[in-house]
Amino acid sequence: MAFTSLSDFIAMGGYSFYVWLSYGVSLLSIILLITNSVFKRKKIFHQVEQRLQREQRIKAAENREDIL
Amino acid sequence: MWKWLHPYAKAEKSYALSGKLMPWFLVIAIPTFFVGIIWGLAFAPADYQQGDSFRIIYIHVPAAMMAMGAYSTMAVAAFIGLVWQIRLAEMTVAATAPIGAVYTFIALFTGAAWGKPMWGAWWVWDARLTSELILLFVYLGIIALYNAFSDKILAGRAASILTLVGVINLPIIHFSVVWWNTLHQGATITKFDQPSMATEMLIPLLIMIVSFASFLGLMILYRFRNEILQRESHRPWVIALVKQSLKTNKRG
Repeated sequence: MAFTSLSDFIAMGGYSFYVWLSYGVSLLSIILLITNSVFKRKKIFHQVEQRLQREQRIKAAENREDIL
Repeated sequence: MWKWLHPYAKAEKSYALSGKLMPWFLVIAIPTFFVGIIWGLAFAPADYQQGDSFRIIYIHVPAAMMAMGAYSTMAVAAFIGLVWQIRLAEMTVAATAPIGAVYTFIALFTGAAWGKPMWGAWWVWDARLTSELILLFVYLGIIALYNAFSDKILAGRAASILTLVGVINLPIIHFSVVWWNTLHQGATITKFDQPSMATEMLIPLLIMIVSFASFLGLMILYRFRNEILQRESHRPWVIALVKQSLKTNKRG
C-alpha cells in the first residue's frame, strides 16, 4: 500500500484534482460509449418491431376491405 | 484447409460467432480492470520525480496504445473490405471508429490533466500531442463520412478509403518522440530494450493494457453486431430474432 490512510489516498500527494479528474472523465467516456452502444441495439430492435406491427396493421386493414 | 472460414462471410454466422466470443472478452476485461486500477492507484509506489500524479499513466498509456490498436484493426479491415469486397469487414471499420475515438479522447484528456501539473500547461503544440489530436480528427472524419451516406455500401467504401489514407498518421504518432524534440517523454515499453520502468509500476500498467485491449475487443464485437442487425434488418433471421426478443422481452 502506497498510502497510510484514506484521506491520504484521496489527496494523491497533492495531485488529487488532476488524478481524479483524469479517472472521472475517462470512466464517464467509457460509460457513455457503453450506453450509446446498448441504446443503438435497442433502437434497431424497436425499429424492426414497429415495422412488423405496421405490416400487420396493413394486412389486417386489407382483410377488412375484402369483407366489405 | 481454410474453407471453414467461408461461412463467416455470411452475416448471420458472424453475428452468432461474435455473440459467443463476447463473454470471453468480458471475463478478461472486468477482473483486469479492477485489479489494474486498484493496484495502480493504491499499491504501486509513487514516482520519485512525479509523485502520485504519475498514476494517470494507468489510463493514459493503455488508452493511447489501444487508440492506435483500434486504428490498426480498422486499417486491416478496410483493406480486406476494399480488396475482397467483404461487407462485414467494412462494418468492422464502422463499428470500431467510435471506440477508437473515445480512447483517443481519453488519451488526450488524461494527457492534458497530467501535463498541467508536470509541464505547467494543459496543452502544448508538441509533435506527439498534435499527431494524437490529428488521430482524433481522423476518427471523427471517418465516423462523419460513414454517417453522411444513406447507402451503407457506399458509406462503408468511403470510410474504408479514408481509414487507409489515415494510416500514415500511425508511424508519425509512434516515432514523433524520436523524430522531433518533444516535451512528451520517449517510449518506455514499446521499444527493443528493457522497459525503463520499475517492475512494481509496470505490472499494473500491463494489466490495464490487457483490460483496455479486451474491452476494445468486446465493444468492437458488440457494435459489429449492431451494424449487422441494422443492415440485415429486413432479413428473415433478424425478424425471427426480434420476434423472439418480443416473447422473452430480453434484448441483452
